[in-house]
Amino acid sequence: MCEKLALSEDILMQIEKPERYIGCEYNSVVKDPAKVRVRFAMCFPDVYEIGMSHLGIQILYHMLNDMPDVWCERVYSPWVDLDAIMRQQKIPLFALESQDPVKSFDFLGITVQYEMCYTNILQILDLSGIPLNAAQRGDDCPIVIGGGPCTYNPEPLADFFDLFYIGEGETQYRNLLDLYLECKDRGLDRREFLLRAAAEIPGMYAPAFYEASYREDGTLKSFVPTEERVPRKVRKEIVDHMSEAPYPVKPVVPFIKVTQDRVVLEIQRGCIRGCRFCQAGQIYRPVRERDVKTLQGYARELLKNTGQEEISLSSLSSSDYSGLQELVNFLMEECAGSHTNISLPSLRIDAFSLDVMSKIQDVKKSSLTFAPEAGSQRLRDVINKGLTEEVILNGARLAFEGGWTRVKLYFMLGLPTETLEDIQGIAQLCNKIAALFYETVPKEKRVNGRVQIVASTSFFVPKPFTPFQWAKQCTKEEFLEKAYQTRTAIGSQLNQKSIKYNWHEADASVMEGILARGDRRLCEVIRRVYEKGSVFDAWGEYYDNARWLETMKECGLSPDFYTRERPLDELLPWDFIDCGVSKDFLRREWEKAKREETSENCRVKCQGCGAAGFGCGICAVART
Amino acid sequence: MKVRIKFRKYGPVRFIGHLDVMRYFQKAVRRAGIDVVYTAGYSPHQIMTFAAPLGVGLASEGEYMDIQVNSLPEAEEGLTSCGTMVKRLNDVGVRGLDAVSARILPENAGNAMASVTAASYTVRFREGRRPKGWDDAAADRLIESFLAQAEIPVEKQTKNGVRTVDLRPGIYELSWRLDGFFLLADASSGGNIKPVLLLEALLSHGGMTLEENALFVTRQDVYTRAASGNGTETFVSLGEIGFEEPVTQAEQERKP
Repeated sequence: MCEKLALSEDILMQIEKPERYIGCEYNSVVKDPAKVRVRFAMCFPDVYEIGMSHLGIQILYHMLNDMPDVWCERVYSPWVDLDAIMRQQKIPLFALESQDPVKSFDFLGITVQYEMCYTNILQILDLSGIPLNAAQRGDDCPIVIGGGPCTYNPEPLADFFDLFYIGEGETQYRNLLDLYLECKDRGLDRREFLLRAAAEIPGMYAPAFYEASYREDGTLKSFVPTEERVPRKVRKEIVDHMSEAPYPVKPVVPFIKVTQDRVVLEIQRGCIRGCRFCQAGQIYRPVRERDVKTLQGYARELLKNTGQEEISLSSLSSSDYSGLQELVNFLMEECAGSHTNISLPSLRIDAFSLDVMSKIQDVKKSSLTFAPEAGSQRLRDVINKGLTEEVILNGARLAFEGGWTRVKLYFMLGLPTETLEDIQGIAQLCNKIAALFYETVPKEKRVNGRVQIVASTSFFVPKPFTPFQWAKQCTKEEFLEKAYQTRTAIGSQLNQKSIKYNWHEADASVMEGILARGDRRLCEVIRRVYEKGSVFDAWGEYYDNARWLETMKECGLSPDFYTRERPLDELLPWDFIDCGVSKDFLRREWEKAKREETSENCRVKCQGCGAAGFGCGICAVART
Repeated sequence: MKVRIKFRKYGPVRFIGHLDVMRYFQKAVRRAGIDVVYTAGYSPHQIMTFAAPLGVGLASEGEYMDIQVNSLPEAEEGLTSCGTMVKRLNDVGVRGLDAVSARILPENAGNAMASVTAASYTVRFREGRRPKGWDDAAADRLIESFLAQAEIPVEKQTKNGVRTVDLRPGIYELSWRLDGFFLLADASSGGNIKPVLLLEALLSHGGMTLEENALFVTRQDVYTRAASGNGTETFVSLGEIGFEEPVTQAEQERKP
């Protein structure tokens, strides 16, 4: 294969990075369409370089392609230049491998990783020639199925999807495809397949079979199935033994440089920490490790099969992986002779990690990263971020002694209960770290003269299935005031010249929050915004905040309704999903947060979140 | 030891830019288990150079890259060690970037990039894009009259604005063969002639204009200049230099 092109020479010569659209990459899978029964288009609704960096798609791509009767191909958002040409010349969106139109596929799977890609989902459907509304799709359209973290509140996207797969993709696809083939063989229609999928296959949510009603104040009154056979609650799917789950040891190797230009080793899924703002920390519970020996084998194969020059560990908190030392030592030995770099994100800064880092990277050029998330101990207790000032300063001291001179710090602004003192705490912490450098490193040993501290703040966005799912989100004005206060506080520090401060855009954070905790009525807003021309909202230069606000108004919806604090007894749009963590646990955590009380992590003490019901991972092993 | 690898570029991967072709081969060389030499330091990279970069969209039958290796692979049955290297690269490669041959370069060979002096091309009109007024039968006459000019000034877009250059001295051969042009022209870093630019000039000489993307260009080979027996210089394909098997210094010197 690698002969056919959906785009003409003229178009390919005219657009930016034609390599995004030609397929042909090493390890991409090509099959004979006559010999498969299911054609699956797997889509990441953003530009190629972003989508190709996503591990989840690679996992499902290789899992599905390992099935002899299935051919899974990839689809990404055409960038704005090609988007315009495709619309003008009426070129249908195509999958990379076969270059065949997406509309001719059996399934279109879309991973939904962040809220600001919602308009890109409509772009994908629209360019494919698939009606935006699932209700208008006939048997000539693929089944559009969504997955990924945002689908834990799928409601703002309910109109656009035939199915949502709630939870981890490894477990139910085979069953779903078998059911599809059975329905096809028996000549059953689309609706019957969807109904049976929703009724018979765990984790499947078909929005068409549920109905929402609202009270006069706009809150959700009821959310019920309209079909007897479908469950009232949809429970997330989960891999119980990670080491036995499929792993893509032959990942596709892109021609162009992508965001994650390396092979990735997912060492564990889930996190023991329970930071109260973090959605991933709740929805991927319980933490499940992959076995060190298995990972060693994957690492070897990945490097051999791709020729990549870098390997990275992936997890929410790598330091908590019990086999970390063994694995890292193995990688260092393995990579030493082969000019392979190791990258270790999300490591806690301590003697072990500094020792490793000094061996695998140029200390002078690299920087250390801390994520205290909040400036004061009080607020860190509220968010249950188990990082103390003492730990940060100890880590920084060790690092300065080891020759590091650059420190990056990440904080959030707008966290529940935040006060001016907490914000000033950000500045004070930065200042203390700077002062520590001058204390620790004698003048003659200061390589670059001074320490460089970069403090970055993002704005807190409450997410479903976190203890902060009830919290009020700040307005744009409040956010900007907080950023201003942070800047002022940093400017008044003794070592302010050593501290650089960056902050994020506030507009998009507010809209992200609205969509994250939204309901079905937002489908209309998303559709209209898209029809007015919005796409690539995750890209600052293409985000049009005024258009979103104006469209919400047209639809009779107010941003404040979605950003307000929600009473504990309110029916939330995502309550029908069972992510394994109980609402009761989240409520307890929300109350503890308000009392500034912390909770121990899963390894120290079970907090009774409910994930033990899955009977796997840390919930199934004895605690140390 | 330096090895020169010749490869082709065709099909959809023609749209991969030069830098990405380099990245592709860096990874392919690792997959193939070739014992390539790395530079020292914190960010070591493979010692690898490419001959004249090929424009995006062009096909080629003769592209070259030189790599420095510590050792050659053990020869597989029926193959030389260079042949084994080619086979291994193709086993882990994509269609359209096929390795064709490999040769061990003599110690004194210049690197692929610096030694390029000329390149040959075949150029066809794309389906439906023959210029208005074009006549195959009149091609020879047009070329003759075109080449008879003392100077062929064309405007060339450079980083520092538009510059007028004379194409004539860099055209070594231009002819019409059955259904397309054959061209041998300067491809050195200082005087590289783009085939499309040259054909635009030719057609404009005949009072015709070329539509956008009207030409399908295939580079046939890349050449360096070498002394020939009678004291004059001649073009030698970069692929003809070097040896299929390791040879001793004495043997190297014996071969002209």
